[in-house]
Amino acid sequence: MNKKVFLGALTVAGLTAGAAAAATLDDVKARGKLNCGVTTGVPGFAAPDANGNWDGFDVGLCRAVAAAVFGDGNAVEFVPTTGKTRFTALASGEIDMLARNTTWTFSRDTDLKFDFLGVNYYDGQGFLAPKALGVASAKELDGARICIQTGTTTELNLADFFRANSMSYEPVPIETNAEGQQQYLAGACDVYTTDASGLAATRAAFENPSDHIILPEIISKEPLGPLVRHGDNDWGDIVRWTLNALIAAEELGVTSANVEELSAGTGNPEINRLLGAEGTLGAMIGLDPAWAKNAIMVGGNYGELFEKNIGENTPIGLARGLNGQWTDGGLLYSPPFR
Amino acid sequence: MAHAKAQTAAFVRKAMLNEQAPPAAERGFVHWIRSNLFDGVGNSLLTILSLLVVYYLLMAFLPWLLNGIWDAPSIRACRELLEGASGGCFAVLTERWNQLLFGFKYPSSEYWRPTLAFVLLLVAVAPIMFAMYMPRWLLLFSAIYPFLAFWLIWGGTILIPVMTFLGFVAGYVLYRSMVTRSFAAGLFSAVTAAAVVWWSGGILMDVLAPEKPLLEAVSSRDIGGFMLNMMLGTVCVSLSLPLGIALALGRQSNMPIVKWICVVFIEFIRGVPLITLLFVANVVLAYFLPPGTTFDLILRVIIMITMFSAAYIAEVIRGGLAALPSGQYEAADSLGLDYPQAMRLIILPQALKISIPGIVNVAVGLFKDTTLVSVISMFDMVGMIRGPILASTEWNGVYWELFGFAAILFFVVCYGISQYSQWLERQLNTDYR
Repeated sequence: MNKKVFLGALTVAGLTAGAAAAATLDDVKARGKLNCGVTTGVPGFAAPDANGNWDGFDVGLCRAVAAAVFGDGNAVEFVPTTGKTRFTALASGEIDMLARNTTWTFSRDTDLKFDFLGVNYYDGQGFLAPKALGVASAKELDGARICIQTGTTTELNLADFFRANSMSYEPVPIETNAEGQQQYLAGACDVYTTDASGLAATRAAFENPSDHIILPEIISKEPLGPLVRHGDNDWGDIVRWTLNALIAAEELGVTSANVEELSAGTGNPEINRLLGAEGTLGAMIGLDPAWAKNAIMVGGNYGELFEKNIGENTPIGLARGLNGQWTDGGLLYSPPFR
Repeated sequence: MAHAKAQTAAFVRKAMLNEQAPPAAERGFVHWIRSNLFDGVGNSLLTILSLLVVYYLLMAFLPWLLNGIWDAPSIRACRELLEGASGGCFAVLTERWNQLLFGFKYPSSEYWRPTLAFVLLLVAVAPIMFAMYMPRWLLLFSAIYPFLAFWLIWGGTILIPVMTFLGFVAGYVLYRSMVTRSFAAGLFSAVTAAAVVWWSGGILMDVLAPEKPLLEAVSSRDIGGFMLNMMLGTVCVSLSLPLGIALALGRQSNMPIVKWICVVFIEFIRGVPLITLLFVANVVLAYFLPPGTTFDLILRVIIMITMFSAAYIAEVIRGGLAALPSGQYEAADSLGLDYPQAMRLIILPQALKISIPGIVNVAVGLFKDTTLVSVISMFDMVGMIRGPILASTEWNGVYWELFGFAAILFFVVCYGISQYSQWLERQLNTDYR
């Protein structure tokens, strides 16, 4: 009953907020800054450095959108949100977009009145186990004690997985990722489960990362992507196509190093259209013809952002895997720029 | 005869013996050890056991502390420098020192402003806390301090704090001139005067405000670190004390409406967890206010925490009021004092003295509760540690050093408050006990 009333209030508020701020692009331009919701800190995805500058994979997307709108990747106000405050911040208009590794689900897209604009990281739930435990597959985890964050979709996925394989387990509830790391290292649980990207980052922080393995099974789909409020499709288009521009740029071989040179005109018409040398794509979404060029120049294309923040040469050390281009067997597939 | 007697005794001492020191086993260090540590078999065993425990704790802790690395760019660099030996990675404290104290967005060129505000806080608090040793004119500085600190920390135009201050001054002046007639008249005329000054000040401000203020304005969202804890703690304690007194007196009032408002307020606030109030301040209020309203988040949090602690302080003070013998009330009445005079001159000084331990208890608890703001994505000290610092790829995995540091800072402040309150109790102890 209570929940229904609350959701109803959310809906009404979401609708009124959506109607009141129908032209988000105009608001953003008038403000001179993009208000972008990020996490309060997830290694590699978003965290401020020692000088207070935000850095990370999700942050790169915020900066790209800001650059597409203003031509300046620093015209962003980063608004840190927790898992509990992120949706209200977006619905109330405090932020213009949310790039906070948020899983795209049916109810969030429809019932909560948000629009997901694509996927910038394909994640899935995995298991981290010490090598000393001697398991090679999640199917051998019958009877294990498992550290699990409460109130998340991972908790439900875990229950589904063990029931489907008719195994039993003993959950050890934890509140945050940091607590999970400590409990796992202290031996309070045999296995730690959360999103695979989080597991990789967690393992990278261990004193002896090679003593632990991430089991091969991925038991859920967690497509993480940026989202905006329902009802302002023009603004949604800008964020969606900025993300697509970064993905397409990698596919077309446009990098932050050569974008200046390529934007003068090339033999490839799609590159020309993307970078504004041909056609009027920018005008169609109400932006400068060089919008995509600006977006790519800030932090590079999708691949560059990935390698710099979470790729194999960083302490996080994630492989491209599902997040490779479709031409390399991954799932990244930008619609054509035409 | 006397002489003969002297001859008969074999030995007569002619001089007094000096006092002798007690035997070695009954004095000094040896005696202290024997009577306190090795008094019997049971106690000796306990002593040895305790020493062993202390020894093992120190053996584990000291190498970690003394081997600590104070200069390294990341936790991995720390581990390389340690080469497997036990040692803390204190480099995170040196590298993120300013972030721990001021939050990660406060402009680094302006760090001197909150630092100066902190030093001046000590100056401003001294004449209140040590009233008997300080000249009274220093209280004037204490009165100016809140406005000065606001201007130092937030920056922007100086007109806002000046106008606010003038409003209070106008109110006070009018109160002094009217209070001789009646307390209520004084109070209401003071409120009116202040409101008039603030309203006209608001108009003046639009005209007078310079394009470029002397101190760069810093928005509330950029304030964090231990500075935020100190600000919330100081402001909320000092605001909730008068509010708590008013609520406690209101609850005892004979006027039914005043009484019931106070009772409902206190019982409601005490029945709700602080974290719920904070979520209301942060999340739910956004739905009730028109879209685009910017109602300062720190102000919202200050209001919520102040209401929360005021309800608790009101109950503590009610305990103090109840502890006074009814003779005190009757004595005040028999002297012909009206209600405000009786309260101000006779009842409250005694009731507050009784309530000191309880009030300090609430104050210490409130100061520690300011860390709860980290759950509504404000970056106080704990928020900084849990969020940005532990989430950075450089320092992910450093726990003991960071939380230990936070614990030490909070302990220093809370222990200080508690020691002060005990000293104050001794100072105010006028009983013949």
